[in-house]
Amino acid sequence: MEAAAEPGNLAGVRHIILVLSGKGGVGRSTISTELALALRHAGKKVGILDVDLCGPSIPRMLGAQGRAVHQCDRGWAPVFLDREQSISLMSVGFLLEKPDEAVVWRGPKKNALIKQFVSDVAWGELDYLVVDTPPGTSDEHMATIEALRPYQPLGALVVTTPQAVSVGDVRRELTFCRKMGLRVMGIVENMSGFTCPHCTECTSVFSRGGGEELAQLAGVPFLGSVPLDPALMRTLEEGHDFIQEFPGSPAFAALTSIAQKILDATPACLP
Amino acid sequence: MEEVPHAIEEIKEKMKTVKHKILVLSGKGGVGKSTFSAHLAHGLAEDENTQIALLDIDICGPSIPKIMGLEGEQVHQSGSGWSPVYVEDNLGVMSVGFLLSSPDDAVIWRGPKKNGMIKQFLRDVDWGEVDYLIVDTPPGTSDEHLSVVRYLATAHIDGAVIITTPQEVSLQDVRKEINFCRKVKLPIIGVVENMSGFICPKCKKESQIFPPTTGGAELMCQDLEVPLLGRVPLDPLIGKNCDKGQSFFIDAPDSPATLAYRSIIQRIQEFCNLHQSKEENLISS
Repeated sequence: MEAAAEPGNLAGVRHIILVLSGKGGVGRSTISTELALALRHAGKKVGILDVDLCGPSIPRMLGAQGRAVHQCDRGWAPVFLDREQSISLMSVGFLLEKPDEAVVWRGPKKNALIKQFVSDVAWGELDYLVVDTPPGTSDEHMATIEALRPYQPLGALVVTTPQAVSVGDVRRELTFCRKMGLRVMGIVENMSGFTCPHCTECTSVFSRGGGEELAQLAGVPFLGSVPLDPALMRTLEEGHDFIQEFPGSPAFAALTSIAQKILDATPACLP
Repeated sequence: MEEVPHAIEEIKEKMKTVKHKILVLSGKGGVGKSTFSAHLAHGLAEDENTQIALLDIDICGPSIPKIMGLEGEQVHQSGSGWSPVYVEDNLGVMSVGFLLSSPDDAVIWRGPKKNGMIKQFLRDVDWGEVDYLIVDTPPGTSDEHLSVVRYLATAHIDGAVIITTPQEVSLQDVRKEINFCRKVKLPIIGVVENMSGFICPKCKKESQIFPPTTGGAELMCQDLEVPLLGRVPLDPLIGKNCDKGQSFFIDAPDSPATLAYRSIIQRIQEFCNLHQSKEENLISS
């Protein structure tokens, strides 16, 4: 057990944020991606680590599918998404030879890969590393948190949808965070209502209110509600930058507000 | 490790009273597996003469108790094993959720312990005579999926129903799931495309909240040569009823979503019955 963080590939990363849920399909990868894009638009250097070994969604969301991963002398070089190298990504998706191949691994093998991912990616200097996780509270999550622990993550952003089934799993996730000693920065309620583009009636497609109620119950900050937004869905499918392309869109205000709250909650670094 | 073949034998024995076994899979989280499993169970159980068993093997995120209105229920042990929790006389449910004492309890288990639980669920639950056993699974392709397929290998699974939404981000994972099924020789009953379009309750116009930018399930099914069992549209009443733990079919019997579900359930029954007759022909020939 290491007593202190070895100077290594995470030494240049100022702040680490984990995006968790417990419940699948609530939009963890979406929120991770949009948070990273919003932080980058706020002038920060951002990296995204996608440790969802079974369902690595992020390469596609950022138009980086099929990009090759190279080794450098310090380990794996992350994939840069822009010329300025202000946003980079590492995902198991890049390592799959055939994208339709299932990664059918049991726990120990997944743990080993996660450890490698955490320590062997040469991130360089980053303001934020956003770590996207798969759903659940199992091997991968424990491995991720243990591997990141020496680097003192800022905390976890926990994503839910308004429905009780999501909130039910997210309550368990909050327990998991507490047991693992991981600070919860706040709860984000995703898929919070849909405004009909034809008549502007807003419908609670996936029930309502669960996220905010849970935040109050659990005594953690409520960071905001992100509505269902087909423009957002489409840009994620096509791998474009939603924050740049759709500033007037319903989800934009919520996402940028959440990013601002993260920026505000980040302690100032010593120079 | 030596214990495993013995467990498989025990499970095979136990499963002799179970006529049909259906796995509900996805690969992608949040597409409506548990919602579908629950409503498949409700739909099949509408025939009072059919005995239905619903097994939730999502150890980390057991949603079935909530969706079936059974939160807070506990499991009882008898001489013949664990008793399922009954929603109706002919619909019994088992989930790790029933073993947790508080809604905040997290099940933070590694693979081997999860596998042990799944083995117990298959071997120690006293299901009795069952026409359909529906197994709801967690997202992904990991321990739970490998275990359930392995433990039920000799007990014969009728097949898998795979749930997706129209988006490429779901289809991407579902293609992997289909490949997983082929790898482990699990027959695929077909794919269900969930959250397929939304009809505004006010103006009745349709919107695609989750646009099928790459052709949706239809194109994927054509490419991979698997049947598309049907498309279920988004209906806000589904979420509401799941939250209340009620069958959506009762609250909205005429909803397009209910009609879609009923058609899909019928196709699943047809598949299982066809299978059964084939088996019987084989045995008698």
